[in-house]
Amino acid sequence: MIDRILNSRLAPLLVLAFLVAVIPLVAPSNFYLRVAALVWVFSIAAFGLTILMGYAGQVSLGHAGFLGIGAYSVALGPEYLGLDPLVSLCLGVFVSAAIAWVVGRPILKLRGYYLAIATLGFGMIVSLVLNGESAITGGPDGMQVPRATLFGLKLSGSATWYWVTAGVMLVGAALALNIGNSPTGRALRALHDSEVAAAGTGIDVAARKLNAFVLAAIYAAVAGGLLALMNGLITPDAAGFMNSIELVAMVIIGGLGSVVGAVVGAAFLVVLPQALTSLHDYEQAVLGLLIMVFMIFLPAGIVPTLRRKMTERAA
Amino acid sequence: MSRTATRRRVLHAAALAALSLTVFSPAIAADPIKIGSVVSATGSTAFLGDPEAKTLKLMADQINAKGGVLGRPIELILYDDSGDANKARTFATRLVEDDEVVAVVGGTSTGATMAMIPVFEDAEIPFVSLAGAIEIVDPVRPYVFKTPHTDKTACQKIFEDMKGRGIAKIGMISGTDGFGKSMRKQCLGVVGDYGIEVIADESYGPTDADMTPQLNKIKNTDGIQAVINPGFGQGPAIVTRNYAQLGMTTPLYQSHGVASKSFVELAGPAAEGVRLPAPALLIADKLSDDDRQKAVVTEYKKAYEAATGEPVSTFGGYAYDGLGLLVAAIEKAGSDDSSDIRDALEGTKAHVGVTGIYTMSEEDHLGLGTESFRLLRIEKGDWVADGAD
Repeated sequence: MIDRILNSRLAPLLVLAFLVAVIPLVAPSNFYLRVAALVWVFSIAAFGLTILMGYAGQVSLGHAGFLGIGAYSVALGPEYLGLDPLVSLCLGVFVSAAIAWVVGRPILKLRGYYLAIATLGFGMIVSLVLNGESAITGGPDGMQVPRATLFGLKLSGSATWYWVTAGVMLVGAALALNIGNSPTGRALRALHDSEVAAAGTGIDVAARKLNAFVLAAIYAAVAGGLLALMNGLITPDAAGFMNSIELVAMVIIGGLGSVVGAVVGAAFLVVLPQALTSLHDYEQAVLGLLIMVFMIFLPAGIVPTLRRKMTERAA
Repeated sequence: MSRTATRRRVLHAAALAALSLTVFSPAIAADPIKIGSVVSATGSTAFLGDPEAKTLKLMADQINAKGGVLGRPIELILYDDSGDANKARTFATRLVEDDEVVAVVGGTSTGATMAMIPVFEDAEIPFVSLAGAIEIVDPVRPYVFKTPHTDKTACQKIFEDMKGRGIAKIGMISGTDGFGKSMRKQCLGVVGDYGIEVIADESYGPTDADMTPQLNKIKNTDGIQAVINPGFGQGPAIVTRNYAQLGMTTPLYQSHGVASKSFVELAGPAAEGVRLPAPALLIADKLSDDDRQKAVVTEYKKAYEAATGEPVSTFGGYAYDGLGLLVAAIEKAGSDDSSDIRDALEGTKAHVGVTGIYTMSEEDHLGLGTESFRLLRIEKGDWVADGAD
């Protein structure tokens, strides 16, 4: 029974929908809704990495670069092109996908460490441009983002953004789950295990890898755009190296290839720093220690390990 | 009596004592006044945020040791945004929604400050920023104040001094980094007020290693009486060296951006005679005894250096003034109501701080004049006061 529920395709989506519905009922103040909204936003970016790293097994250490492109598009679009922030977001997603396609073609020929370094370089270039071109991007001080309106409704306040981000997150999760169960998803898993074997069965390895890379860039750009709109301001640290590393850490801690795992990982890295503030100077050290402990005892990530434990017990 | 019984009685007594403490202590220490803070104590701007955090903690302890404010202790709720504007925003929400603070001092960088402003404006909680940009208080927002002087004030100080010396035509050589660009703009905006004309306007890149061509152009412009160099980092040191190499004798003015000993070391003997505006904290031990800031500056310097074992910095001074202004406002308002504190802050008159003497108004939420800068000259590798006034 439990086995069947746990392995059902709808189960992860139901779990996430349940969480989305329950959190506002138990949250003591809007601050908790803001933290939850941040978890949803970073989950969206992590879904992209779930597809790229979890399904296809390709590492990206510059993923925050795409997040930065999405985020700055909602600041640059209204400022220089006079576009609506939400139109700018769509444009940013398109630009991010286009850049991923152009950049991805040459660098996805690389494997393992080399791919990691190439993506790292990409992220650093984006971060450098955003920091350096201060005449356009405002440099390290960042840029103001105008408030977005949806159907005449002004999007502001923690509660509004909770529902907006939760909605986008659920759609993103549904798409990621669908991709996982589609021929594309199976092809990605196949090339994850062995590129040679996958090519042998007729899978166009290069095209599939590029698909996954572009998809991941789209997810990151959506997350970045939402983050910028929610905060009303964007600074280049969103596109920085540390953010790229945090995104990778989210999918690894939560469980590579698991959509619910991506949300758990995002929650881990967004909520813990808030929970550990009472430790003051030791906050970073304890955070690092906790990550190590989780990786030692739950090496496959939180969600896959727990699921295996539960199915074992049920059997 | 058995030993267990004795032990039980001792326990009882201890419990009673503990109980009486919890009952009576609120009478002694009343409800704390909660003041929030978000600074970048770690991360890329830690060189600014770390002295700020240390200063705030030190001050809160000192204030509480002296009996607090309005007879109540202050509770400082301090968060570290690690230089991330997004985290700063989250902590700002936390201070408002969860900790329910009455006022906030913080915001190490302009980015973090701008990210937090909407949160405090919406919640109508007074916020004293520690970041530099003039955009924070211009246009004036009802609940936002700041303590660090701006580039504009530094420009005004320099031009005041030039005017006093009868200088009317100057050359300008600015860095194209953020600091240099911003200060050049501010200087050009106010230079006309002093009847001074910029007749040569050159620039250099942040990584340039030789500014001789630009300086030569300035040197060959007719009528140059002085040169001003808005810049930050190593650029101004190179300009100063090239200036001496070209044998230029007109006065050279540097900005507050290089008001540190490392500039003097980098520029070497060429730095002799260079003038620059700097905060009083830099020359704490050289202030004259009748100086209004002398007492505050020396006290802060002594306390900070004793508590941390580190040399005092102007950035910590911003935090000292931020919390100082808030505490003074709470005392003046006689209440811990956020809007009363705001009104009292806006009505701040002649508050003597480490950075300068603050007089705020409805139109001015910074409240520093040019007297917050001292005009210094470098002599034998050290600072000497050298105002024309």
